[in-house]
Amino acid sequence: MQLFPCPFCGDRDEREFHFAGEAGKVRPDTAGSEAEVSAKDWSEYLYTQRNDHGHVREIWMHLPCQEVFLLERHSVTMAVIGATSFRDVGTKEASA
Amino acid sequence: MTKTYSAFNLLREGLRGQKGWGPAWRSPKPRATYDVIIIGGGGHGLATAYYLVKNHGVTNVAVIEKGWLGGGNTGRNTTVIRSNYYYPESTALYDLSVKLYEGLSRELNYNVMFSQRGMVVTAHSEPEMELAARNVNAMRLNGADADLLDVDQVKKLAPILNFSPDARFPIHGAVWQGRAGTGRHDAVAWGYARAADALGVDIIQNCEVTDVITEGGRCVGVATTQGEIRGGAVGAAVAGHSSVLAKLAGYTLPITSFALQAFVSEPMKPVIDTVAFCPPYGTYFSQSDKGGLVIGGGLDRVPSYGQRGNMPIQEAVLGGLVEMAPALAKVKLLRHWAGIVDVTPDSSPIIGPSGVEGLYVNCGWGTGGFKAIPAGGTLFAHILATGTHHDISRPFDPDRFITGRLIDEGAASGIAH
Ligand SMILES: Cc1cc2nc3c(=O)[nH]c(=O)nc-3n(C[C@H](O)[C@H](O)[C@H](O)COP(=O)(O)OP(=O)(O)OC[C@H]3O[C@@H](n4cnc5c(N)ncnc54)[C@H](O)[C@@H]3O)c2cc1C
Ligand SMILES: [Zn+2]
Repeated sequence: MQLFPCPFCGDRDEREFHFAGEAGKVRPDTAGSEAEVSAKDWSEYLYTQRNDHGHVREIWMHLPCQEVFLLERHSVTMAVIGATSFRDVGTKEASA
Repeated sequence: MTKTYSAFNLLREGLRGQKGWGPAWRSPKPRATYDVIIIGGGGHGLATAYYLVKNHGVTNVAVIEKGWLGGGNTGRNTTVIRSNYYYPESTALYDLSVKLYEGLSRELNYNVMFSQRGMVVTAHSEPEMELAARNVNAMRLNGADADLLDVDQVKKLAPILNFSPDARFPIHGAVWQGRAGTGRHDAVAWGYARAADALGVDIIQNCEVTDVITEGGRCVGVATTQGEIRGGAVGAAVAGHSSVLAKLAGYTLPITSFALQAFVSEPMKPVIDTVAFCPPYGTYFSQSDKGGLVIGGGLDRVPSYGQRGNMPIQEAVLGGLVEMAPALAKVKLLRHWAGIVDVTPDSSPIIGPSGVEGLYVNCGWGTGGFKAIPAGGTLFAHILATGTHHDISRPFDPDRFITGRLIDEGAASGIAH
């Protein structure tokens, strides 16, 4: 059983966590009536994955406390590199 | 040197101490150019090479494999072959494959041990029985064989299952596909390799593609650990590492890699002669001809390229097995392993142009591409030879993620993927 670090609760059983997606995707801007998003751009946002072999940055949720955070891992060794609360990184940095 | 396998040759070699067999395929040095280069010597890559020669007369073909033949998922799966999907597009694809499997041992002169022992997918409540009926109807309308079984019929087919009304998920009935079954996974890779080699295909092992060569935006070949190889068309069938290759070549894919685990028990006397799958337990199993139970389940929960799998799914699958068939509780496991599968958002494969001209992809088979090897090879060969889709591969083009015409088979698979 691997332990994942919740920025709020500390190290917890991996089964308490939910993988929510890759970090760094920006939702196409649909604000305003002029905002026309092409099917290709939508597709990229919805479906295209970096799926990196190595260092990955992902959004995870710790289900018991509902903390949403940035998890950095190694996708081959499965080593955890770090966890940062979105309260700390802020949306801008998290999507960098 | 003895080339073909026949009862007579087997007998003769038996009497001569098995000394007359030749190697099943050559180990050639790569040539500088080929008409078609296939990256990945798994089942799909090897089958593609075979059908390129056989169906299209394209003889100047290379298969480039970084490790050994079938060392990827083709040699790691739980060998289930079936076409019990929901959508017409899927049935057309997977049933073509089952039909090709039915004649494959004879066609390749290689025993792939396709054993049509059938598959039972159980339903565990009255609402599930209604969905099962809907599934059976869909399969029949699409031209695949399917039957709805009541609980007594399931009992006859797989008496080892847990029929207690006190079971966590009591069995109400099942979807049955009689033409489904299992095959010998290595033999599928080896059979295609041997047949393709005999038709002149160069199979180059221990040769990793390290870069994709493009000129004027068009893919013209690959850089490998054995030097540059140029090709008229390049096809990638590198399940598990599809995104890694995409990054080298500069295209993108809607794929996430996950580990999928499998287990084999100690050999034992026959306890089941069908494939049994109980979706709510997340477990399926069959018994191999050697007597071992071959056990599989759902994907790991964490995206991964680490070929070993993790504990939570092991517990779910094996705990599920014990609830599914309590008599197996004391059976010991012999081996356990994982493969890395490439999973798409709609659980259907991706076949077609990659986005880089001259480079085509066959990937995204996720947890279910072994059953599809003969069809995947046929369709991919068609695309590589003609540059256009076969009718059956058209719906699986990557453009479906832009048009929105997804083929969402997550439910038909019944397993989390
Ligand atoms: C545990 C498990 C159970 C499964 N159970 C079933 C089942 O019961 N039924 C079913 O239908 N399917 C099942 N599957 C899925 C099935 O095994 C795969 O979908 C199928 O084998 C994919 O075949 P392939 O030829 O595309 O890929 P693979 O067999 O994985 O072949 C890809 C090859 O590409 C090579 N490669 C990768 N990168 C490079 C490179 N850069 N250069 C050169 N070569 C490269 C790899 O070494 C590999 O040999 C299961 C999978 C697993 C892991
Ligand atoms: Zn927490």
